[in-house]
Amino acid sequence: MSVSKPHPHDSAPLHVTGAARYIDDIPLPANTLHLAFGLAEIAHGRISALDLGAVRSAPGVVMVLEAKDLPGDCDCSPSNHDEPLLSGAHVQYLGQPVFLVVATSHLAARKAARLAKVDYQPRDAILTIEEALAADSRFEDGPRIWERGEAGEAIDTAPHRLEGRIEMGGQEHFYLEGHAAIALPQDGGDMVVHSSTQHPTEVQHKVAHALHLPMSAVRVETRRMGGGFGGKESQGNALAISCAVVARMTGKPVKMRYDRDDDFMITGKRHDFRIDYTVGYDDDGRILGLEFQHFTRCGWAQDLSLPVADRAMLHADNAYWLPHIRIESHRLRTNTQSATAYRGFGGPQGMLGIERVLDHVAHAVGRDPLQVRTANYYAPASDAAPAVQTTPYGQPVQDFILHDLTAKLAAQCNYAERRKAVAEWNAANPLIKRGLALTPVKFGISFTLTHLNQAGALVHVYQDGSVRVNHGGTEMGQGLFQKVAQVAAARFGLPLEAIQITATDTAKVPNTSATAASSGSDLNGMAVKAACDTIRDRIAGFLADQAQCAIAEVQFADGMVSVAGQSMPFAEAAKRAYEGRVSLSSTGFYKTPHVAWDRIAGQGRPFLYFAYGAACSEVVIDTLTGENRILRTDILHDAGASLNPALDIGQVEGGFVQGAGWLTTEELVWDRAGRLRTHAPSTYKIPACSDRPPVFNVSLWDAPNREDTIYRSKAVGEPPFMHGISVLMALSDAIAACGGLYPALNAPATPERILTTLDQVRHV
Amino acid sequence: MSNKMHIKMTVNGKAEEFLAEPRELLIYTLRERLNVTGPHIGCETSHCGACTVTLNGKSVKACTLFVAQADGAELTTIEGLGTPDSLHVLQEAFREHHGLQCGYCTPGMITRASKLLEENPTPTEEEVRFGMAGNMCRCTGYQNIVKSILAAAAEMNAAKEAAQ
Ligand code: FES
Ligand code: FES
Repeated sequence: MSVSKPHPHDSAPLHVTGAARYIDDIPLPANTLHLAFGLAEIAHGRISALDLGAVRSAPGVVMVLEAKDLPGDCDCSPSNHDEPLLSGAHVQYLGQPVFLVVATSHLAARKAARLAKVDYQPRDAILTIEEALAADSRFEDGPRIWERGEAGEAIDTAPHRLEGRIEMGGQEHFYLEGHAAIALPQDGGDMVVHSSTQHPTEVQHKVAHALHLPMSAVRVETRRMGGGFGGKESQGNALAISCAVVARMTGKPVKMRYDRDDDFMITGKRHDFRIDYTVGYDDDGRILGLEFQHFTRCGWAQDLSLPVADRAMLHADNAYWLPHIRIESHRLRTNTQSATAYRGFGGPQGMLGIERVLDHVAHAVGRDPLQVRTANYYAPASDAAPAVQTTPYGQPVQDFILHDLTAKLAAQCNYAERRKAVAEWNAANPLIKRGLALTPVKFGISFTLTHLNQAGALVHVYQDGSVRVNHGGTEMGQGLFQKVAQVAAARFGLPLEAIQITATDTAKVPNTSATAASSGSDLNGMAVKAACDTIRDRIAGFLADQAQCAIAEVQFADGMVSVAGQSMPFAEAAKRAYEGRVSLSSTGFYKTPHVAWDRIAGQGRPFLYFAYGAACSEVVIDTLTGENRILRTDILHDAGASLNPALDIGQVEGGFVQGAGWLTTEELVWDRAGRLRTHAPSTYKIPACSDRPPVFNVSLWDAPNREDTIYRSKAVGEPPFMHGISVLMALSDAIAACGGLYPALNAPATPERILTTLDQVRHV
Repeated sequence: MSNKMHIKMTVNGKAEEFLAEPRELLIYTLRERLNVTGPHIGCETSHCGACTVTLNGKSVKACTLFVAQADGAELTTIEGLGTPDSLHVLQEAFREHHGLQCGYCTPGMITRASKLLEENPTPTEEEVRFGMAGNMCRCTGYQNIVKSILAAAAEMNAAKEAAQ
């Protein structure tokens, strides 16, 4: 069977020869126009004069559009209708698109966009969490608060208490392929859009809104993205809308691609967070009561910030039983890029909050942090103890496997011996210090907005036996298309090569959800399975009828169909069914069962299940310079019964490195004027090949999902990202070897921050 | 325009000749003028390596070279290494060992790796890691990229030995 095999990525032969097409590679009609935005140079204020004369007369420029020239607001928001395509007079962040240049080439448009003369009336900009709090600048009326038990009382009556704070930076997605879109005007005003988006249906919706068309008149196609990571969930809307609006105005094909700098300056990033905590605990470091305050900078528009901040709250427990807890979440509006979805969607930030608490408590009670972590784990699920512990939001943790998983990883990576070796090393070496940490992940799988947990598919079997599969998920490198093709091949008993994979297309499968929340194969795999089974059952019914046998006697395997012991190639069966006037095309549909969630009360079952894993990292720091390296990382990750172990391990490795990058080298710096200073790879450092840990062992915890998911697999896109937390905790451990105080290390732990923290722990 | 320059170059064995503004960037020459779209645009500031090509036997980043600097040059891009039906050893290794996810970095990676293995046919793990440090990948965490390159090196060396 094709499932659970380590097949290479379906597009690999095209990728390795440079033949795979991204938006920027699509051949264009000769009269295609190109676009570039002119960007605001202040963070907040009013444009008092806009002189676009030089832009208009620049070589190659066809026209220049301001907000007033657009057919309406051309809103780009995925949520709150608060993102006009162009700013108009009111500027809300530095980098906001103010005008749109239409030119005969990409470079002509970009060069012309620099020539505007703009007079501004600056107003005070709100840039930081502190400034936003002082001005009460926020989304929603006040903080969202979820609580269970009596956290305040539990803290007051606990044997010990401590307080702390962790600040963690945002993160630029740095998908290697920047945003891009093409619009091709059609007959009768219809529009076809190619977009590098994780959410074709949303692009369709927003383009239809901008053009005052019904959604049915707009078709959006996405073959693949050069990486997404959440950055292409809503941020591609502006390009697609721009292209469509100009295509409508000119009747010509239109293309837009962000230059890397523009991509940094315009688009949203991961939310940065400050998390304050007060915790009450006992002598063993067991948490008795806990209060969290989450503060996050959402930027100028709402975008997806509310569900992101919710998911941070939903992961404030990570793997730990917290009987008394109160979480207060502030979603702050600032004059910066509108922070958006990024792999983990707030989960990593919430999880880092509690991991910091555990680390801090372990330091206070003087125990190995791993011991304190496992002491606080949810009770293992067992038939003997049917009273299952619940998360702070009331979901029973029925599938908790972290006790066994952690023990196995600790044994595999020789945690205990290496803990001793690190202590010996640190005793012997005054300048170069080592640190070790093993941290767990429990990540909830499903969209928290319950209605998004649905998917559709369209499958055709042709009379020659070939199969074409379409579904609502998008391919961004994660291997979704291959996994889904493996499912289809398994349902028809066909070799994988018989399945034709096609671009995501809103005209084939409507009303799709974003490929996000790690849900791609869970949702689309099930929808494709349903469609395949419908066709297979029709063929089986027809052949059984002909042979006068039971349907159960029709079997599909190894490219053959056997009917009551007689065997024929699948193609022959398809041909017979076609000639027998059997429909060989079907849609399929799936909706995730059991999920129900009240986000205001913070109660319910937002997740179908949890994905688990644990990582152990060892690092070394130079205490004179703050320089640091990861020496070794071991990961054991739960992908259920993996649909494709090779692709899943790839997700774990890539996720970990990206997570470690978030917490170490990737630093976003805004200056006092609100200008993002790290807006190119020259200053914004994603991990390079030489940063990868020299020893890096990844394996899968191979056990079926407790829930009835596609072949009992588990989602794997986001959860491994949070294994990067082990690196930050290991760095903290190395610093702790240098002094008596707790190293309250903030992220990203750049050499500068490590030096600052070293100073703090030494000043006892 | 009057300041165009007469450029000649060989791209993947094919002679090309055209008039171009001397400051045209080589990546645009390749992608837009010659329709060679394997080399990608990732950053346009010579940091990411998505645009890596081989120019007169050296790895270069085509996004920060003027076409005038490539006048008379011999260029090889990913398209010059192999085709989907007949993959180069490195291409097959990247496919088989999952040295890619979204694939956007892949053409530049493989083009660079092909030079690396010419410069050093028997690299250690560490030499691969540092030799590839100018090519960024946001998806894979590099693990399988290193694995693919080492596997290809082993295979190429075995083939060489067998031939001797
Ligand atoms: S595009 Fe040339 S190095 Fe990034
Ligand atoms: S595979 Fe996506 S950037 Fe390397």
